[in-house]
Amino acid sequence: MNAGPPAADGERVGGEQRDRRLRAEAEGWPVAADPDGITSRALSIGIAVGAYAVSFGAVSVAAGLDVPQTQALSVLMFTGASQFAFVGVVAAGGGLVAAVLTAWLLGLRNGLYALHMATVLSPRGRPGQRVTGLRRLGAAQFTIDESTAMAMTYEPDADASRRAFWATGWSVFLLWNLGTLVGALGAATLSDPTVLGLDAAIPAGFLALLWPRLVDRSAWVLAVVSGILALMLAPVLRPGVPVLAGAGIAVLGALWLTRGRAS
Amino acid sequence: MWPAVLAASFLAFVTKWIGYLLPEELLERPLVRRAAGMLPIALLSALLTIQTLWGLDGFTIDARAAGVAVAVVALLLRAPFLVVVLSAAATAAVLRALGWA
Repeated sequence: MNAGPPAADGERVGGEQRDRRLRAEAEGWPVAADPDGITSRALSIGIAVGAYAVSFGAVSVAAGLDVPQTQALSVLMFTGASQFAFVGVVAAGGGLVAAVLTAWLLGLRNGLYALHMATVLSPRGRPGQRVTGLRRLGAAQFTIDESTAMAMTYEPDADASRRAFWATGWSVFLLWNLGTLVGALGAATLSDPTVLGLDAAIPAGFLALLWPRLVDRSAWVLAVVSGILALMLAPVLRPGVPVLAGAGIAVLGALWLTRGRAS
Repeated sequence: MWPAVLAASFLAFVTKWIGYLLPEELLERPLVRRAAGMLPIALLSALLTIQTLWGLDGFTIDARAAGVAVAVVALLLRAPFLVVVLSAAATAAVLRALGWA
């Protein structure tokens, strides 16, 4: 989950109904039951994300959370990078406040996805109308990288876009939680999870999340500067804080250096 | 631990929910867009660096760094997420079992 920003998800299908149909046929899916390939694509995204959830469940238990706490993160927080960050900071001996703050900052982008999805998910997509009530609560919880990226893939077809969002949201939510449970229960049976190198799995998880975002030179520079700053601050700040401070300084510096640019 | 788990979950949900209430025009502000793109990169990189190279005794290159190096190779080979993570864990575990790290 949270494998990359929607823009990086490439494959923009647009309104080309025929293309989708041809692709669905090529992939061997029953076209009549799944005319635009939404169900099959949502399912395959869910399966990929569920496999990642297994590793999240395992490292969370290795970090010292119990199985119910690990599962609560996947049900309630439901945004992978933030969950990984939360247990990562805890595992490194950082304070709980630092863990909460790091997770929150990483989840801020979901708020921007929500800004966009609010109009896409409005009843019948009428301009100016927005999704409300219980549907809004559900939509908010499902607003993550994968569901937003899938919805954007089917724009400007409002109906397909909405169905893509909900199908992907459900698929990822169910399989992400199933994967979490499997990983957490598996790690809970081990007496010492560090024997299995799970402390190396945590940074590898961050690396895999970072990788698709390193799309140009400025992204690389930002990443390198942020990492070096965090490392330099580590001897003088309490565990967990260097990450927030290093990343914060790097982003403020980058914003100042690129001030006046459109994007 | 429970209060932190619930607080972090609450913040994550409220952040998503507020997005459904605010005007979409916010997205058109260049500052908002740029900051939103930069934050995950800076945070993930800082987390990655600290968790790879910082230990109880300060700066250290150990089995974790070897694991992450293997993860880089896995990513270059376009391996799926789970394979990337497992290859790092397995590398660290094997090095420790051999007494090399």
